[in-house]
Amino acid sequence: MLDDVRLYFKYISVSVRSQMQYRASFVMQSVGQLLITGIDFLGIWALFDRFGGLEGWTLTEVALLYGMVSVAFTFADAMSAGFDLFSATVRNGDFDRMLVRPRSTVLQVIGQELTMRRVGRLAQGTAVLVWAAWAIEAPWSAPKALLLAAAIAGGTSIFVGLFILQGTMCFWTTESLEIMNTLTYGGRESISYPLSIFRPWFRRFFIFVVPLAAVNYFPALAILEHEDPLGTPVVVQWSSPLVGFAFLLVALQVWKIGVRHYRSTGS
Amino acid sequence: MKAYRAIVSARFRMMLQYRAAAAAGLGTQLFWGFIRIMIFTAFYRVAKAPQPMTLEQVVSYVWLGQAMFAMLPWSVEPDLRVMIRSGNVAYELLRPVDLYWLWFSRSVARRSAPTLLRAVPMFIIAGLFFGLRAPQSVGVAAAWLAAMAGAFVLSCAISTILSISLLWTVSGEGVMVLMSGAAWLLSGMIIPLPLFPDWAQGILAFLPFRGVADAPYRVYMGNIPLNEVWVVLAHQLAWIAAFVVVGRALVGRGLRRLAVQGG
Repeated sequence: MLDDVRLYFKYISVSVRSQMQYRASFVMQSVGQLLITGIDFLGIWALFDRFGGLEGWTLTEVALLYGMVSVAFTFADAMSAGFDLFSATVRNGDFDRMLVRPRSTVLQVIGQELTMRRVGRLAQGTAVLVWAAWAIEAPWSAPKALLLAAAIAGGTSIFVGLFILQGTMCFWTTESLEIMNTLTYGGRESISYPLSIFRPWFRRFFIFVVPLAAVNYFPALAILEHEDPLGTPVVVQWSSPLVGFAFLLVALQVWKIGVRHYRSTGS
Repeated sequence: MKAYRAIVSARFRMMLQYRAAAAAGLGTQLFWGFIRIMIFTAFYRVAKAPQPMTLEQVVSYVWLGQAMFAMLPWSVEPDLRVMIRSGNVAYELLRPVDLYWLWFSRSVARRSAPTLLRAVPMFIIAGLFFGLRAPQSVGVAAAWLAAMAGAFVLSCAISTILSISLLWTVSGEGVMVLMSGAAWLLSGMIIPLPLFPDWAQGILAFLPFRGVADAPYRVYMGNIPLNEVWVVLAHQLAWIAAFVVVGRALVGRGLRRLAVQGG
């Protein structure tokens, strides 16, 4: 286990060094990402500016939701480039080589790349999160800070899990399916707003199928001490981030089934 | 002219091959549309003052945006980026046609085929089931088609400039990322432009980006009355002219400093 962690850091240090060869391009892309994702939040701000509020939610409260999901997504996105591009790995037969190495396939795929230019997006998400944490009315405490960290870690797990599932589908289709983007990008987009504003079928989807609400909306309610229009008990709000880690474990199991199913394309 | 027509039709046919991608894209766009509409609906539920657009208009606006999504100027041709990086762009220079119009034609093909593939089913589905209203009269529909044509050419002119900026590889990439982000926000794809603060409306009306999405959509739903449609068309034409002139000048300068990688 410890060995694997050391190997992972070795992998990504290679990846980071190779990305730093194009320093100007890296700086440009990071700044670009910073501004682009800023645009996202500008949209939310403009809506609050026009409408004043959102069914009992203020801009700072929504900013907390947005910041949490944005940071979690960015971590996952930066780590999972290998799964995102996995269809190419399957198509050109590179996966065969991974199978003969005496290391877990997940470790090798995830070690392919740590996308450094996401640092721009991370900065933007963190900035919104810090501003929201500072501006909300509810007082902060040590358990709450811990809950926030757990929620972000749980959120990262779910998004990594989704990227793994997206990669797993390549074992059957050899193509990466755009439909998975609705879950990753669409999930990030919708979960930045309070879950209670959505229709019931949509809420259920993000609670029970892809449990992003468990790592964002519910813990945020506890942090904000905001009453839940959906009526979830406080215990659930405090423990829900665990669901995120469970999701990742399930995704890893599905990946194993996929690997057993793998047939080389022969190229 | 014949050469450009051939380029467009060849690439158009190539793009038509991506039917499975278009079908998957349709699902994605429907989902995305649902999310946007649910968010706007929630905001409208608590709105006290009357808004510059009704919720019904916003719903139609979102669906039009999802239907016409593929023609917006938020990407350059991926082939061109590879060509410039690898040096194969030299072959483009050898062709006996004007480079600006060659790349413009590529952009036309890249936008028309996917738009057709995605827009038609989207209009049918959103129109039948999800609240996309039909235009109020034949006159409005005709005005909308005219504005859409303007939007299409304007979008191609903007994306051609983005392609040209890649000749300055590194800074070009930055320009591209920023421009596509700006186009996304300022064309109304994130939220309809009339919902932005009132003080921003003047700037938004001046900038070119509303011409590719916001303006034609509002013509469609009668939010811009028929007797003001000429303003939309004039705004589009002025910016098309500006982008073409600047684009041609940039091609000249970019080529002079372009170093083709050998090997």
